[in-house]
Amino acid sequence: MTPLVEMLDISIAFGGVKAVDNVSVDLHAGEVVGLLGHNGAGKSTLIKILSGAYPKDSGEIRINGEAVEIHNPRDARALNIETIYQTLALADNLDAASNLFLGRELTTAFGFVDDDAMEAETRKIMGRLNPNFQKFKDPVKALSGGQRQSVAIARAVYFNAKILIMDEPTAALGPQETKMVAELIGELKKQGIGIFLISHDIHDVMDLCDRVSVMKNGQLVGTEKVEDVTDDEILAMIILGKRPERT
Amino acid sequence: MTDAADTGAAAPKRRSLIDTLELDTRLLGMIGAFIILCVTFDLVTDGRFLTPRNIFNLTIQTVSVAIMATGMVFVIVCRHIDLSVGALLATCSASMAMIQTSILPQYFGMELGGPMIWVIAAASGIVVGGLIGALQGWLVGYLTIPAFIVTLGGLLIWRNVGWYMTDGQTIGPLDPTFMMFGGTNGTLGAGASWAIGALAAAFCVYAIWQGRRRKQKHGFTVKPLWAEFALGLIAVGAIMGFVAILNSYEVPTRRLARMFAARGEEMPEGYTEAYGLPISVLLLIIVAIVMTIIAQRTRLGRYIFATGGNPDAADLSGVNTRLLTVKIFALVGVLCAISAVVASARLINHSNDIGTLDELRVIAAAVIGGTALSGGIGTIYGAILGALVMQSLQSGMAMVGVDAPLQNIVVGLVLVVAVLIDIIYRRRTGDA
Repeated sequence: MTPLVEMLDISIAFGGVKAVDNVSVDLHAGEVVGLLGHNGAGKSTLIKILSGAYPKDSGEIRINGEAVEIHNPRDARALNIETIYQTLALADNLDAASNLFLGRELTTAFGFVDDDAMEAETRKIMGRLNPNFQKFKDPVKALSGGQRQSVAIARAVYFNAKILIMDEPTAALGPQETKMVAELIGELKKQGIGIFLISHDIHDVMDLCDRVSVMKNGQLVGTEKVEDVTDDEILAMIILGKRPERT
Repeated sequence: MTDAADTGAAAPKRRSLIDTLELDTRLLGMIGAFIILCVTFDLVTDGRFLTPRNIFNLTIQTVSVAIMATGMVFVIVCRHIDLSVGALLATCSASMAMIQTSILPQYFGMELGGPMIWVIAAASGIVVGGLIGALQGWLVGYLTIPAFIVTLGGLLIWRNVGWYMTDGQTIGPLDPTFMMFGGTNGTLGAGASWAIGALAAAFCVYAIWQGRRRKQKHGFTVKPLWAEFALGLIAVGAIMGFVAILNSYEVPTRRLARMFAARGEEMPEGYTEAYGLPISVLLLIIVAIVMTIIAQRTRLGRYIFATGGNPDAADLSGVNTRLLTVKIFALVGVLCAISAVVASARLINHSNDIGTLDELRVIAAAVIGGTALSGGIGTIYGAILGALVMQSLQSGMAMVGVDAPLQNIVVGLVLVVAVLIDIIYRRRTGDA
């Protein structure tokens, strides 16, 4: 079966430092692939190439087997690639609906922004994701960490994503909220969405992912199926850059 | 994702009158301060400040700065600054003056006073302003030179491009139709002013009713009916009251007599005529409405505020922030040209020093009106109110007879204190 996403031999350098060096990863529909590695291992950079935030120096990206060019976030969105950034990327001075629809506003017949329609849609999706969410009129800076996270997730999920990138989605969350994210990931998987999950936390990854790709110093250490490896072997990959030995 | 803080919000809360009316407390505070200022000046000057004549003059004097201030709001909201607006105004004014007094008459055989002259002059001024603005926006957005530097350079360049074009000469008199945008020379008279007032009032009522219906359609909670009525009444009252004040300022008899004499007629005994709404003020109102619609109802406005709030987020959401910068500065350029029409028409000629120091007045107006230099926050009506406050302060102090240096010292203090109050207000309301 053709993978949903293939990133082949991707490289990018910043001022002589190879942040991502000849890395290849892939992702199938309905699969969660974890990207693991230390800070500065290059996982966020690799994924930002897919989401259009950075232009790659070399390599190829294929979606459903077809080579695509992603020059900016608009290109990525057009390919149904949605990203939940670690920083959430919310405009703090705007309300939840404005953030959810930022760049893709609903408009009236005259081309004006239709705030009421957007608020109505936001109420619908938030009712599903976070039923307690009530602060539709406030700027998002007035929201708690969990509420802000749910706005960012709603934004990624609302627009029929086929490929979802989650960069440390649970880093700022409490245990209860983390559980909700886990449930959401399970649900999205069932819908056939492919998910790249970037995380520090190997327990997260072992629980949620089907495969893990481990990076170190900009290079890919290896990709393993979660059921084939132990936590210790993953740790060895992260810390020592050592692939588990197979018999 | 549950959140304990949310569940508490379900408890019924006593709502104050201001909450029920959904009024902007910052706007109320500014209007309150403005009213106190006006009443104080009126008391000190024994009732000379709040006369129809002075209010008429105040509004006319405010227009030029207020028009540019609406554009400055967008620039500052987007975390930039534009120091070149006064100079840009001068270049636009110089080009428009040259087009109507020498280029069109000399090369196209159009006589001053011809029906098309003012249109061509104003349109070319707007093109010039828009192009220069777009150029500056391109330097800021695409070449990533800080806006402060680009427009500081622009301040020197455009001020002197205007000077160079005219050899430093004052150009005038301008086209008579063109001069109608200046204020006193172009007013609508009582009848048309009432008509426009009535139209505006009707539109306000319609907008309130439409907004309510739209909210009901989506099943949102709406304000109680009496609150809508109260708001409508306030809006209609304010509009009609403003028209009534302007309409009660009558054209001086000697001036009327001159007008009749010019037409070769005898002025009837006891004839009076009101100035009514000046065309320049109508122009400001139209600019204000268009800019408010851009800010609140268009994608352009949404992206400006989003970029001001978090440039990275806007970028990652697919907003082309570079092109956006070009658009904002081009828009300011166009507004500078419109201000140039008003300013040169008011002075009945183009002079070299037109718009000098306007950049500071415009920035001050926007900032007094609540635009935050840190970006993401600002309103059009605030900037206009800010311009009005500055102009009232200045002309009020002149009326009272405050020494010139003290006048500027007071304006400077007010600017700093206004921003301080704004910061304290935002901190209190958690709006920072």
